[in-house]
Amino acid sequence: MKFLSDRALERLRQSADLPDLVGTRYQLLERVARGGMGVVYAALDETLGRRVALKVLDVPIADSDFARRLNREARVLARLEHPGIVPVHDVGTLADGRVFYTMKFVEGQGLDKHVEAVASLPDRLRLFLRICDAVAFAHAQGVLHRDLKPANVMVGAFGEVLVMDWGLAKILREATEEPEEDPEVTIIRASATEGSAAGETQTLQVTGQGTVLGTPGYMSPEQARGDIAQLDQRSDIFSLGALLRFLCAPPASETGSSAKWRRDKSLEAICAKAAANNPGSRYSNVSELSADVSRYLDGLPVSARKEPIFEKVARFYRRHTIPILLIAAYLVARTLILLFFHR
Amino acid sequence: MENGSKFPLTRWSVIDAARSPDPDEQGRALDALFAAYWKPIYKYVRLRWNRPVDDAQDLTQGFFAELLERGLLSKYNPAKSRLRTYLRLCVDSFVMNEEKAARRQKRGGNVAHVALDFQAAEGELAGATIDAASIPSPESLEEFFEKEWVRSLFALAVEDLRKFCQERERERTFRLFEDYDLSGDPDVSYEKLAAAYAIPVTDVTNALSFARREFRRIALERLRELCASEEEFHREARAVFGSDPQ
Repeated sequence: MKFLSDRALERLRQSADLPDLVGTRYQLLERVARGGMGVVYAALDETLGRRVALKVLDVPIADSDFARRLNREARVLARLEHPGIVPVHDVGTLADGRVFYTMKFVEGQGLDKHVEAVASLPDRLRLFLRICDAVAFAHAQGVLHRDLKPANVMVGAFGEVLVMDWGLAKILREATEEPEEDPEVTIIRASATEGSAAGETQTLQVTGQGTVLGTPGYMSPEQARGDIAQLDQRSDIFSLGALLRFLCAPPASETGSSAKWRRDKSLEAICAKAAANNPGSRYSNVSELSADVSRYLDGLPVSARKEPIFEKVARFYRRHTIPILLIAAYLVARTLILLFFHR
Repeated sequence: MENGSKFPLTRWSVIDAARSPDPDEQGRALDALFAAYWKPIYKYVRLRWNRPVDDAQDLTQGFFAELLERGLLSKYNPAKSRLRTYLRLCVDSFVMNEEKAARRQKRGGNVAHVALDFQAAEGELAGATIDAASIPSPESLEEFFEKEWVRSLFALAVEDLRKFCQERERERTFRLFEDYDLSGDPDVSYEKLAAAYAIPVTDVTNALSFARREFRRIALERLRELCASEEEFHREARAVFGSDPQ
């Protein structure tokens, strides 16, 4: 039996790991990231001459739960045509038996990294609203994401915000095609998603009735219990609430120093309502949540919190400072004039 | 047996087979385990326990006899650890017990018929990436054992691939694979190989693509046999083939 040197061992590992693209229209360019189910590569679509992202499974078992899930992810993405959701181009099986799909290649970074460079809270909230737009669209199509977290949101080089990784998505209702079954129980723990922040929680990738999937910290209690039948869009709203909390945390450089990052009660209330343990206490849909965040951004009262009277007065003053000051100045002047003439 | 003729997939893995009441199936399971693990275990005993060559040879053979006699595989719980880790810990425990009881001479009876190329293993150990003269940390020993296990698995898969190519009269494909992927020569290129074999570069590309695809398939089959569950198989496949997440 031939002895394999360390160099040969490494070469074998690398060459055997690379997807065999013989017979496809794609040419491999470079490895981009590793996800729970497989690896994402940059590839060149030789027919159309464009760069695409090629996601390929780790193991060549076309009838495995992993392969079914990857196929399913591609089909879910195909029905979600929205500027905030990465479009899928192609799906198939490679010569080495591994299932793959290709999608738009997005140059950018995960929200968890990108957010460090966004110092303004309103800018972060506007990012959040765009995420809400994409999720609301998916919900309108009857699709739950089930794994919303910062690492699964990509911010492109031109500011485009894309919700990624729909591998755990659940289809609530079928619009046209064949019924979509939830995959059977599969893997327990997947590796941390590439690009996630240090210490980021790991994705639990088990699906099926009574089993768990999602990411601790971003996963709703009903999802954590494996209560799959009870999942509806409010489960994603819980994740959005956790995501909003993440976005509202001050940058490391500003912690405890800047007044602008002081915890705001209205914003806290929005987070708390979205991420309430009881699904019935949450926003009933994503539009309500984003409407509340928009109201907050506009300086208006939010539905998640009943304001005390003095806060209402303060808010009224902040919104109408100039007219109030003008009226006050007029009244003072008028009073002074009256006093002067009555003396 | 050194090449560990592939385990017939009547059962999902060697663990299932080792727990079978059928002695033949048990024996085949042990063969498959033996083929993949004897070299890593021998090298591990030499380094971790600092044993001379003769002792390490006896202990390696004795360990597999113990594995069978004491039914250690049936005690393995895949939920608690990987098979590789379990075997390594069993080796540690076995060597410690042997030290105490000095029963080494009695061991090895059941597997004495196995002709192992200990000389080759010793030669390989000379080029080990771990310094035998130093006191290795538990982490480096674990890493060493894992690397040697992958080396053993890949060597078996390469041997299978050689036979596979021979059966299909694709010896040239295997030679190209050897020259490019196994030689470790950093200067080798598709163009140089094409010139050396007087064939077009596309033929080299296709041959290497075929060989790698089959190598991957064979190695995964071997790996699957050595895992106790599909979950462990996926995890190990990632560890063996996938690079670390960046």
